[in-house]
Amino acid sequence: MTPRRQRMVGTGLVMAGVALAAVLALRAFQENLMFFYSPTDVIAGSAAEGTRFRLGGLVIDGSLRREIGSLEVQFDVTDTENTMTVVYAGVLPDLFREGQGVIANGYLLADGKFQADEVLAKHDEEYMSPEVAQMLEDRGHPVDGGTAAIEQ
Amino acid sequence: MWTWFHKLGSPPHLYRLAGRLAPWLLWIAIVLIAIGTYGGLVLAPPDYQQGDGFRIIYVHAPSAWMSMSIYAVMATASAIGLIWRMKLAFAVAAASAPVGASFTFLALVTGAIWGQPMWGTWWVWDARLTSELILLFVYFGYMGLRAAFTEVQKADRTSAVLAIVGVVNLPIIHYSVVWWNTLHQASTVTKLDNPSISMNMLWPLLVMIIGFNLFYIAILATRVRSEVLGRERNARWVSEALSDLSPENGITA
Amino acid sequence: MTEFLEMGGYAKYVWSAFGLTLVVLVANIVVARQQFRSVRTRLAQRWANQQESSDL
Repeated sequence: MTPRRQRMVGTGLVMAGVALAAVLALRAFQENLMFFYSPTDVIAGSAAEGTRFRLGGLVIDGSLRREIGSLEVQFDVTDTENTMTVVYAGVLPDLFREGQGVIANGYLLADGKFQADEVLAKHDEEYMSPEVAQMLEDRGHPVDGGTAAIEQ
Repeated sequence: MWTWFHKLGSPPHLYRLAGRLAPWLLWIAIVLIAIGTYGGLVLAPPDYQQGDGFRIIYVHAPSAWMSMSIYAVMATASAIGLIWRMKLAFAVAAASAPVGASFTFLALVTGAIWGQPMWGTWWVWDARLTSELILLFVYFGYMGLRAAFTEVQKADRTSAVLAIVGVVNLPIIHYSVVWWNTLHQASTVTKLDNPSISMNMLWPLLVMIIGFNLFYIAILATRVRSEVLGRERNARWVSEALSDLSPENGITA
Repeated sequence: MTEFLEMGGYAKYVWSAFGLTLVVLVANIVVARQQFRSVRTRLAQRWANQQESSDL
């Protein structure tokens, strides 16, 4: 084996070793790397009760309810299988829309609702002009802002 | 072909070639970036959800792209340097690091500026944002490690190992949005067969990406010239290349 | 024109992102050139000094 070949094999082995270590580490921390849980995850018990976690899903059309005379809002979040109600008092981000993806940070209440103290909007990777979006809607293919964002 | 390759491997030739190409590359890059900026800010329509706020994509996505592709160049050059003992490859790696770090910084900050109004937060510790931040620290580590050695050869070899090990972060950054739940959305442009963006919004983005690439090559050319001069400081050709600065010509430092 | 500058209410975000990009790009050019110039003058000086010492 020439010295050059030796160095080539050595470099290859180092890279393979690091890649393997990374795969193992990422697998071990898989749970912690998840930024949010879906309602199905929560119902399945992935998120421990009483602790803080993030809940992600699509805001159901027409589910946004405002308490009269207060900042508090309630809305239902779904992953298309299961649904949870989020209670929140505060400023909603610009992209918060019904039918769009959101991620709420908070904890479960005794009545099964989710008390959020932070709501982030999750948008998808589709960009188009309002005209194109309107055209798609007219043709009967409404653009579903958040579905792709959640079902990735 | 091979003579061309050998010439490229010869320091004085590379020094002259880089010197001739750098201004041209820089001007083409500036023109392309200007066209892309005009296209992105003026010609492209606003997004149906984000309005004019989405225009930040025209600086954010190219910066993020460069942060990763420059790292790939740096790691490849480091591996070539280690395996074939090519000094010029090490020079390319060393010259790339500061440029790559600056684009990584730009990607992180423009991303924060975009995230604040749209997501509702400057920063979250999701897999995409965190792995990109790690990339910035790897760049810093690479540059810090180099600076810790006075001997160029030691700096080259040690930092090359770090650059090669750090490559593992690139697929993690790219696929983080697929492998894990993240706040950051999936890729728009890299699905080349079917990019999720309409043509009149896409072309300025592509022009920007090409412009940023040429910009990097132009800066790399100038930085490689400095690297080569420093590494070859005792060679005869260096004194000739610097003859316009020598006291006999009346120009003093 | 004002409508363009207002960026649909996102003026401070869009312009700060583009402004910062301009700053970083220009800084890249300036730093690379300055470094090149200083390496050249330093090495030219070094060669000149060597010339002097060999002349003696």
